[in-house]
Amino acid sequence: MRRMKKINTPHHETPRHDSRDSPTHRQSPVTRAANQREVAHSGQRELSAKASREASFRISVMASSADEPLPALLLFRVREIDFHAALRERYRVLDFYTSGEALPAFLAAAAAAADPPRAALIVGGGTPARVDAAFLDAVPSLRFVFNTGAGMDHIDLAECARRGVAVANSGTVYSTDVADHAVGVLLDVLRRVSAAQRFLRRGLWPLQGDYHPLGTKVGGKRVGIIGLGNIGMLIAKRLQAFGCAISYNSRKPKESVSYKYFATVHDLASESDVLVVACALSKETRHVVNRDVLDALGKDGVVINIGRGPIIHEAELVAALREGRIAGAGLDVFEKEPKVPAELFSMDNVVLTPHVAVFTTESRSDLRDVAIGNLEAFFAGKPLLTPVLPRSWLVEQSVA
Amino acid sequence: MASAATGAAKPGLLLLRRTDATFTAALRARFRVLDFYASGEPLRAFLTAAAAEPDPPRAALVVAGGAILVDAAFLDAVPSLGCVVTTGAGVDHVDLAQCAGRGVVVAGAGEIYSVDVADHAVGLLIGVLRRLAAADRYVRAGLWPAQGDYRLTSKLSGKRVGIIGLGSIGSQIAKRLQAFGCAVSYHSRAPKASVPYRYFPDVHALAADSDALIVACALNDATRRIVGRRVLDALGPDGVLVNIARGGNVDEQELVAALQDGRIAGAGLDVFQNEPHVPPELRDMDNAVLTAHEAVFTEESRADLQELMIGNLEAFFAGKPLLTPVLRP
Repeated sequence: MRRMKKINTPHHETPRHDSRDSPTHRQSPVTRAANQREVAHSGQRELSAKASREASFRISVMASSADEPLPALLLFRVREIDFHAALRERYRVLDFYTSGEALPAFLAAAAAAADPPRAALIVGGGTPARVDAAFLDAVPSLRFVFNTGAGMDHIDLAECARRGVAVANSGTVYSTDVADHAVGVLLDVLRRVSAAQRFLRRGLWPLQGDYHPLGTKVGGKRVGIIGLGNIGMLIAKRLQAFGCAISYNSRKPKESVSYKYFATVHDLASESDVLVVACALSKETRHVVNRDVLDALGKDGVVINIGRGPIIHEAELVAALREGRIAGAGLDVFEKEPKVPAELFSMDNVVLTPHVAVFTTESRSDLRDVAIGNLEAFFAGKPLLTPVLPRSWLVEQSVA
Repeated sequence: MASAATGAAKPGLLLLRRTDATFTAALRARFRVLDFYASGEPLRAFLTAAAAEPDPPRAALVVAGGAILVDAAFLDAVPSLGCVVTTGAGVDHVDLAQCAGRGVVVAGAGEIYSVDVADHAVGLLIGVLRRLAAADRYVRAGLWPAQGDYRLTSKLSGKRVGIIGLGSIGSQIAKRLQAFGCAVSYHSRAPKASVPYRYFPDVHALAADSDALIVACALNDATRRIVGRRVLDALGPDGVLVNIARGGNVDEQELVAALQDGRIAGAGLDVFQNEPHVPPELRDMDNAVLTAHEAVFTEESRADLQELMIGNLEAFFAGKPLLTPVLRP
């Protein structure tokens, strides 16, 4: 059994689709060789207990990497250089994207190999790979799936549970960045920051005088949050500091929370000035923000979506904006990314961002840590760091 | 109202500010308005004519921003003036010493703007760290399907933010940033009692210890160009600057150079040295978020402000203390 190796955590900027090889904390071969010599000779010296453990750990790792092949890992799809390199250091990476094969052929080949993969790492949000019955049938060796995305709608959790496949995700790694983005977009829509930018870029300030129309005050706005999970709670806490009044809708009321609860999204919208979509996408939430809800929000209302595009009925939203039945929108997600309804491009009262709420350099670094931490825990037979379906639970329960 | 109580003619009011129809009507209902912008006359001639009237005006409502300066020349031209009401968040266009010397009381906007300006400051900060306007441009230009995902940006939560000036605006900014888990420090002339933020007597040291620097102080001789080359260098290549105070608080040329050279990471600016002119180099930068001196302007604050101006004028004419007096620093 391989022991856990220390995870290196570079915090520098990593362009997400940069093809240059960027520096990492990986040891150069020269340094690695020097360390090996140092450890080999250190038996002569008096070592502290800790140094002794470290030395023996290093020796065992080197020994194990000499004797045992790296465990296989199915990969869908990691583009960041550092992350990919960190995975290749530890695992035999079977990369779907570089395989050039169709998914069924790729999975069949992986399953037929001498050491078929027991773990898979899925990058959510736009991946073509659905982890469903067909997927799991194709790779019966699979016992663990790590999903990097905040959303889990492409993973059939029931099927995974039925087969005893553990699932972990990114936990709360993204939550503050998504909450910050939601608040930033809300401020931008209400105070017309990006719109003013366009005005200035066109050189209109000297020509037309002050920018109009005026924005609207943030304080005192009634903000209705759909989904009060980690992200929703962080949004609420931030907006409270601006003097907003917070209410929410979720499947059930949350006990330790003092915000007003609404049992339906429609009722929440009718008592809100700003509606924030912060829930997961599921059968129940698909198109839950529909014409009825938008009309309840009303012509001074603003919608912010940092959840998933299909939670809002996009065509109805565009129509409501076109007809002035709501006042504005801030959208980071869309029904058919990367396609965005072109009609929105000419609207000054909308802010559009290309699904970036999670993408800061800091959270990418944290994500690497959490992904590798979970994979290492799985391969070491230890509890997962951020389980969605914990292995122990699957073992203990007889899952229907 | 003075006119209703005494039956006398309405008190004269110099109006040196553009107003909307509703507000003009509200003023005319209470005062005999001498409207500078409607007169079309040059300022000096307008003031001299007003001073020559049989019942010369004792109060003036003056636009902020520096287009009109209430200085010795202005006050000399209308010796009847006893009260100046101004509407800006800043009063750098009013010579407070000259007014005090002549017994002219000055009313400002009080804290009416503080919350809106603070909101705008945080909006600019998130905007520059998370590149919201640039990402929005990316989408509108159709680049998402064409070029793929947008670049990584920079986290706000937990960053160290230094605020220059911890008055009512600076305090409101600090309160908001605490909700993001930011570590807030500040610089001002003297430390403020019982605030939970770390005080820096030296603005360079504040910049060196900050990931983001927010300028929220008044413009006066001590703070003119308080952010110059040294402070920008101390802020460093990962640092961002937000200015919602006055263009004059920042050395604009140095700022543009620092951005061009990558010596700081970005800037969010609502004010400029020579409004409405914005350095063209800034307009094209993805890491500069620019707004047109509108941090104070919301629909709600405009209404609040109009009420406040009338309240101050009525207090003056009734011989009562001003609602929001500006005192000499």
